[in-house]
Amino acid sequence: MSPLLKTKDLRIEFRNDDGIWAEALCGVDLSLDPGEVLGIVGESGSGKSIAMMALLQLLPRGARVSGSARFKGQELIGMPPARIRQLRGKSIGCVFQDPLSAFNSVLRIGDQIAEAITLHDRSMSKRDALKEAERLFELVAIPQPAKRIRQYPHEFSGGMRQRAMIAMALANRPELLIADEPTTALDVTVQAQILDLLRDLRKDLGIGMVLITHDLGVVAGIADKIAVMYGGRIVERGTTDDVFYHTAHPYSAGLIGAVPSLDGTGKLQQIDGTPPSIFNRPSGCSFHPRCSQVEEICRMQTPELESVGETDCACHLPLVTRDAKVAE
Amino acid sequence: MLAYILRRLISIPFLLLGVASVSFLLSQMTKGDPLAALVPERMMSNPEIVAAVKAEWGLDQPLPIRYVRYLGNLLQGDMGTSFSTRRPVALDIAERLPATLELVIAAMIIGTFMGLALGLLSARFRGTIVDSVARIFALLGSSLPVFWSGLILLYVLSVQLRIVPGTGRLPPRVQPPPDVTGFYTIDALLAGNFPLFLQVLSHLALPAFVLGWAVTGIITRLVRSSLVEGLSLDYARTARAKGAPERIVLIRHALPNAMIPLLTILGFTFAYLITGAVLTEAIFSWPGIGSYAVRAAASLDYPAIGGVTIVGAVAFLLANLVTDIAYAWANPRIKVH
Ligand SMILES: Nc1ncnc2c1ncn2[C@@H]1O[C@H](COP(=O)(O)OP(=O)(O)O)[C@@H](O)[C@H]1O
Ligand SMILES: [Mg+2]
Repeated sequence: MSPLLKTKDLRIEFRNDDGIWAEALCGVDLSLDPGEVLGIVGESGSGKSIAMMALLQLLPRGARVSGSARFKGQELIGMPPARIRQLRGKSIGCVFQDPLSAFNSVLRIGDQIAEAITLHDRSMSKRDALKEAERLFELVAIPQPAKRIRQYPHEFSGGMRQRAMIAMALANRPELLIADEPTTALDVTVQAQILDLLRDLRKDLGIGMVLITHDLGVVAGIADKIAVMYGGRIVERGTTDDVFYHTAHPYSAGLIGAVPSLDGTGKLQQIDGTPPSIFNRPSGCSFHPRCSQVEEICRMQTPELESVGETDCACHLPLVTRDAKVAE
Repeated sequence: MLAYILRRLISIPFLLLGVASVSFLLSQMTKGDPLAALVPERMMSNPEIVAAVKAEWGLDQPLPIRYVRYLGNLLQGDMGTSFSTRRPVALDIAERLPATLELVIAAMIIGTFMGLALGLLSARFRGTIVDSVARIFALLGSSLPVFWSGLILLYVLSVQLRIVPGTGRLPPRVQPPPDVTGFYTIDALLAGNFPLFLQVLSHLALPAFVLGWAVTGIITRLVRSSLVEGLSLDYARTARAKGAPERIVLIRHALPNAMIPLLTILGFTFAYLITGAVLTEAIFSWPGIGSYAVRAAASLDYPAIGGVTIVGAVAFLLANLVTDIAYAWANPRIKVH
């Protein structure tokens, strides 16, 4: 089976006010099969969003993108605007973090969803598109669709708004859904409902998904595989089970520690410190200033992403080998 | 919403009372003797004539009495009699108001239309030559004084190139359309006289453009900055992610959002146009309130000054009321509450 999405050495650079270029994404290789769910996890600023926005050429002007990203074999990087527009919203749907700002506040929700349809199907009338919007609302379990499509975004609750956003992203039955922190702006109970919805949609529609989050707990129950990002790189990559149970990278281990444990202690473990700015990256492994077990090599050399134990990991001293050493 | 409009309507009489009082007091405190306008100079030395004139015009009464009488008359729509035309001020104003309104409304339409068009162009092509040209044109309009741009354009377009007709609402000796609304454009159409309508329009075009150009700058700036900001917001990214081309993101998504701040300044713009109309009317010999006000001020014609002030204040209050209602209407977040 050919992959739905495959990136190779994807790089993004930004320029600061002094005209200095810096790499925000430093060569990312990802691959996703049709119907698969990939979770991209990492703290804020690790490059998750820009990596996905680069695929759709939605980065702000002035961003420099290089490398390759293929969607069903078609190269997305450098694709002419008219062609990428045909993919946006048609083959690749997007859901964003804050559904309140992501919707246009002065237009009715139904009209915004209908627009997503008519933009790609000129022959469809507005009426039919609105009917279709109602059906989509049923799909994402929004009650009273006929009434709801005539309302404005502020008349929806946060959870309902995110459901509407998902409905809009699914309007043209895309093969890939990119959901960028779809639950971050929501209450905990509503978060769980949205995740259930995504799980159901994935099961019913067989749609491929990239689920971006800073919270490993969000992807645990839904993703087939996980890529952990830090400082513009993938630091660990593997199936969801392997990343959770055979964690190799100290950063992933830290993130897992940040998941509230279910054993009743309820203790939240955090990684100390904050992620570096792209214009001020530490030498060697960019995680080394925050890592608990640093050695000389970590400051000198950037580790490559290599197969270590059950996962791929970019670390000079992966945890699995340490455990093995301890066992010896 | 309805309660809001009612609340606004209730406040209007109080505001008007304030305006009327201030205008009355100002007229009383101003230096200069209105008698000069009423009594020929050589009769000033005759105390009997002066006393008779004072009695006739009520100038012999004490201030509080004049004030109460003034307000009482105002309530009946009586703004007094003009010293210089010797006709009721209300009648003078009623005759001249349509000319001014026609000019100001035409200027408002032209100014808003040009501002929107230039704002859209410079936002769409920001950073290019189109952007610069549009912004310079808009800036010129707001920085050139109306009397200057009016005179230059009148000289070049009318006197030199003869593209547009001269001053006034119609050429001399052309009969105006039968009076229905007082708006020559509408009355000409109502009379079914299309050639006359075109003639009216050609006379209206230049003064309305000059006056409209003066507000184009602020509208263009506002529209451009709202649009550029809108294009960087989340909803624009969502629209692009749906596959919308940039033109549609601009017109269908950013533009409706830009209408909200635009509506808030249109009321202010309208007030500016009314003041600007005074100069424009003077240059284009436009028989409206503006030229009436200029003459009234020059001859210390207090009743006329007071009348013009009150009409201006009413126009201003109404413009603001309409603006607020339009604002609430355009913004769905307010409409509901
Ligand atoms: N327009 C931009 N200009 C400069 N730097 C940017 C820009 N957008 C993002 N970045 C940088 O790229 C990095 C990754 O951003 P992002 O992908 O948004 O992170 P996240 O993983 O939280 O989604 C951040 O460090 C951010 O500072
Ligand atoms: Mg992000």
